[in-house]
Amino acid sequence: MKFVDIITSAIANSFRSKLRTGLTVIAIFIGAFTLTITSGIGTGVTSYINSQVSAIGAADVLTVSKTDDAAATESDGPAAYDPEKATTISLGNGSRPGSTIQALTDADLDTIKATSGILGVDPAVQVTPDFIEYDGSGKFELTVNAPATLTTADLAAGAQLDNESATDQLLLPTTYLDALGFSTPESAIGQTVSIGITDFAGTPQQVPATIVGVQNETILGAGAGLNQPLTDRLHDVELAGTPAGAPQSYASATARFDLDASDEEIVAIKADLADQGYASQTVADQIGSFETVINVIIGVLNAFAVIALIAAGFGIINTLLMSVQERTREIGLMKAMGMNGGRVYALFSTEAVFIGFLGSALGALVAVGVGSVISNILATTVFENLPGLQVVQFAPSSIAIIIGVVMLIAFLAGTLPARAAARQNPIDALRYE
Amino acid sequence: MTVPVLSAQNIGKSYGSGANRFDALKGVSVDIRAGESVAIVGKSGSGKSTLMHLLALLDDPDSGALLVEGTDAKKLKGKEVNRLRNQDFGFVFQQFFLTANASVLENVVLPLKIAGVSPKARRARGMKALEQLELADKAKNKAMNLSGGQKQRAVIARALVNNPKVIFADEPTGNLDTATGAVVEDILFSLNKDKGITLIIVTHDIDLAARCDRQIFIRDGIEDVTRSPEAISKPEGARA
Repeated sequence: MKFVDIITSAIANSFRSKLRTGLTVIAIFIGAFTLTITSGIGTGVTSYINSQVSAIGAADVLTVSKTDDAAATESDGPAAYDPEKATTISLGNGSRPGSTIQALTDADLDTIKATSGILGVDPAVQVTPDFIEYDGSGKFELTVNAPATLTTADLAAGAQLDNESATDQLLLPTTYLDALGFSTPESAIGQTVSIGITDFAGTPQQVPATIVGVQNETILGAGAGLNQPLTDRLHDVELAGTPAGAPQSYASATARFDLDASDEEIVAIKADLADQGYASQTVADQIGSFETVINVIIGVLNAFAVIALIAAGFGIINTLLMSVQERTREIGLMKAMGMNGGRVYALFSTEAVFIGFLGSALGALVAVGVGSVISNILATTVFENLPGLQVVQFAPSSIAIIIGVVMLIAFLAGTLPARAAARQNPIDALRYE
Repeated sequence: MTVPVLSAQNIGKSYGSGANRFDALKGVSVDIRAGESVAIVGKSGSGKSTLMHLLALLDDPDSGALLVEGTDAKKLKGKEVNRLRNQDFGFVFQQFFLTANASVLENVVLPLKIAGVSPKARRARGMKALEQLELADKAKNKAMNLSGGQKQRAVIARALVNNPKVIFADEPTGNLDTATGAVVEDILFSLNKDKGITLIIVTHDIDLAARCDRQIFIRDGIEDVTRSPEAISKPEGARA
């Protein structure tokens, strides 16, 4: 029997008992549907996180802060005062209002910079501008997204912030466009806006800045991004009038290391910093914990889908065993007519694989349809504030893998009945009534 | 002296073991020559079907030897046995063994499909076989919609489609009424005479057996040499 004939016969055979095949296909369908949906959610969420955070763009950055005072946690009472130790600050600079944290001083920055593997360090300064105004169209509150310089933004138009540039650059969220009187993201690019900020003495000042890009809303904070020169300039304005000699302190600093550093080298740098009393995290560390949670959830859902598929596998065994029983005489006849056991085996396992294919292809197809519809509905309702989030996304490769895996499970399930069929003795089979 | 197509030499076959052991055949020797028609006659349980199965290489004898054109069947590889059964033998069964919801043509070309013949050639040869048996107009009908006689003619077409050297017929008229049975008998004997196909018929119908060139009587697993054609006409006991 030719290969093509085996396939066509197997397909024809599986349609002979439509109800039985149909029920088995439904069982496989449920498993494949669930697997496709969960893998789609995995793909969707992961790609969203990646587009939001662009881990690649910030792979060479460590966020460094001072480790909490060890003495305070190890003994019952407060630590003894050490005038040499860094200043503590309570408000602003990124700390929880009213709380006390160990701050970084300029001396700390020098220590961090001297650590081997660290190429440069910038203090994380937080500026609090009062408003933004364009072309006299009114003043609007401006929130600043501090980590904007660390990440690669998801752009609606324009370019990324350039920290090396001499110009003062601004990355505007899409939500500001209407208020400032821009009709499209493109029309905002290259325009100069003025940022209002109050100096130390309480005098309002204005600083011009150029819009280089328009950013889609993100989960990391909806504020505008400022490049380093603009941040520095605003910071200088804020500090204008500060009494001389007042010490500078920062809640955290960003340290850059070699982009090509291996994981071991990064671990070594972090350990080195930890020894000196600094806590440090790469962007990957920060995202990592988030992704772990999502992966666990998806893993659990996949486990349920696999359980459904295993149950479906027994359905295939049952279907085919009944089919073998029903076709005993036919198998006997084919063997009497010179069909060898291997071909009989191939015929029945092909039937199993076909049933698996039918169930998984239908399941995947319906999952893609339903998933896309649900995803679109969610994107305009529940996740309206997260533009660009398509919760369910489908990668052709993962769908192909799911169909392949289901067909493999079906083949394994078909092994038992196919062997039973291949071993039939033509005489016994023909006598069978 | 030509080599017999099939030659059974003192073959025996038993089923089961211990107390349940049943000797179906206890040593039978038969020579089948090319072109002859042979009836294997006996009551049910006499071992006549077992003998046919052994001759058709559907089963292996426990004792004795079976020669296919002079070659011991034991020395044939599985592949050659399958080729023999597929191309040199044709089978006609009392219960037809047609796949009920497949078309008549599909049923008839099954041996060709197993042999790996291309679909186009399969169709042509299948239609030719059906024309021979005047069933061409039923080619697309489902097998279950045929009458008994048409079913048996479809089975004969299936047996013929590979141009076999030997046709094994197990009670070919057992499920047919007398008139239809006679038509089927005529077809089988005309194939034997016109095409020189060797015919081996297993039956307990003495009239059918009498039409064959030669009769082999089997009783309790051995050949009953005391039976003669005359004895058939006055059988002892009731006969179906």
